[in-house]
Amino acid sequence: MSIEIRNVSKRFGAFTALDDVSLEIPEGSLTAVLGPSGSGKSTLLRIVAGLERPDSGEVLLSGKDATGLAPQRRDVGFVFQHYAAFKHMTVRDNVAFALTIRKRPKQEIRERVDELLELVQLQGFADRYPSRLSGGQRQRMALARALAAKPRVLLLDEPFGALDARVRAELRDWLRRLHEEVHVTTVFVTHDQEEAMEVADRIAVFDHGRLEQVGAPAELYDAPASEFVLRFVGDAVRLGPRLVRPHEIVLRRWPGDGAVEVEIERIAVLGADARVDLVDGSGERLTARLQRVELEDLDLVRSEIVWASAEPFRRLPPEPSAGDAEAGQALG
Amino acid sequence: MRRRLGLRAITLGYLLVVLLAPLAMIFYRTFEHGLEPVWAALSDPLTVHAFEVTLIATATTVPLNTVFGVLCALAIVRRRFRGKGLLNAFIDLPLALSPVVVGLALFLLYDRTGWLGPWFMGHGIQVLFALPAIVLATIFVSVPFVAREVIPTLRELGNEQEQAAATLGATRWQRFWRITLPSIRWAVIYGVVLTTARCLGEYGAVAVVSGSIQGKTETATLRVQDYVQVFQTSGAYAVAVVLAALAVAVLVLMTLIKPREEAV
Repeated sequence: MSIEIRNVSKRFGAFTALDDVSLEIPEGSLTAVLGPSGSGKSTLLRIVAGLERPDSGEVLLSGKDATGLAPQRRDVGFVFQHYAAFKHMTVRDNVAFALTIRKRPKQEIRERVDELLELVQLQGFADRYPSRLSGGQRQRMALARALAAKPRVLLLDEPFGALDARVRAELRDWLRRLHEEVHVTTVFVTHDQEEAMEVADRIAVFDHGRLEQVGAPAELYDAPASEFVLRFVGDAVRLGPRLVRPHEIVLRRWPGDGAVEVEIERIAVLGADARVDLVDGSGERLTARLQRVELEDLDLVRSEIVWASAEPFRRLPPEPSAGDAEAGQALG
Repeated sequence: MRRRLGLRAITLGYLLVVLLAPLAMIFYRTFEHGLEPVWAALSDPLTVHAFEVTLIATATTVPLNTVFGVLCALAIVRRRFRGKGLLNAFIDLPLALSPVVVGLALFLLYDRTGWLGPWFMGHGIQVLFALPAIVLATIFVSVPFVAREVIPTLRELGNEQEQAAATLGATRWQRFWRITLPSIRWAVIYGVVLTTARCLGEYGAVAVVSGSIQGKTETATLRVQDYVQVFQTSGAYAVAVVLAALAVAVLVLMTLIKPREEAV
């Protein structure tokens, strides 16, 4: 099922959670909604699920207006950050919930639940209560529960946010593989750009309730539409008047067009890469990422003065020339 | 260690003097002359009737106040509306008001010159000095207990589980029966137990509105008073002991519930 969000705004008192957001999520995609906390990303997901109602704008599911539709009639699966496990029910009853209330035959429910428990690798835990599961297990149970009635959209609100790093990495891979198997339109909210880049095939970046940019992970990284996206998706350092990626910095022993004179503060070798900490004439610190080969060719040493330039150039924010100003407005 | 022992001695000693001694005394006096006078008093038709009135009032009040208490708690925790603070404060009114005041207020309201009295009289319904007044007084004094137990449990529960149930296709009604109610069940039961205890023991408000007519509008607690007034102490003791035994049973029930509630 495709999702279309049209000019959606939502305020909570004086706080604007979403400000005229329009976003299309194609059928079968795995989309990450990325942004810092308070950027409105969770509110957007809850509006798609029907758990919040927008102040204005529309939500279309499969092309049909669903703005006023109750959550139970939207055919969506929702996974909460803190699992929202039904504490008074066993794992089996949790997973079976959507089917039980639809009054499906017992045999069918049993088979479907067994199938789902296998999918989330909780076969041996059917008769346990959620309080006796670890965080990762609870979240897998919540996923199985959300998938039970075969929803047309799977929505995940910071699904791995409450888990430790190792479990989080595991579940990311697992979500990716699940999506390849089940192919349900999936939207997940995260504040972790690495997680978004790793899992999603499309990323929508939010800041202060506004959609900054939407595109494939590589697109956001290589062609960020705003300074915010550049800073938020991947590392960014300031080189003279520009913001650049650390790996785009090229160091030379002679001055060049637009090159900035810098002093080498420290060189750290990190396997195949090396990190070079630099400081420019005005005392601004920046970091360059060089390959070991480059570093060895240049034969750089500490305290040396070199010239840094960036290739390819990313000039952000855009210079206020006629063409750029227009592009800047389009980003809004 | 010594300080803890001291603390224990003080609390236990206090309870002993204030609570247990009077209770023990009443049990002692009741069975002082054997079971016969006790049985005689309890099998007296007037006493039996008094217990019947108390049970009818309790059996009517508890379900009503349970439903109201749960609805009230849901409204206070889950909804935003004008006057919510007022509602929250009003629930506690029966705890703050003396039952005698409650009784007097009800008396005035349903009296022939009150706001509601003439309407009921016009329809041939006797409220004062009859069962309706007893039930109304009992309802009034036992309003807060279920809501007071359920409100904190609902707050702690949050509404994420219900939202999850909604996205899984559950209607509002299914969410209530399958998620909300099972999650607050121990709080509801605890509230019901407290409400029951309060209903059984109600005296002051009922005394004002019932008229205390023997064999008609006399409740168990009023019966105790009645026996005392006519110096038939063994009867008073017997009825009091039954009421005390019921209270102890309620207490035991509560202690049985409590650890389970904590385990969930």
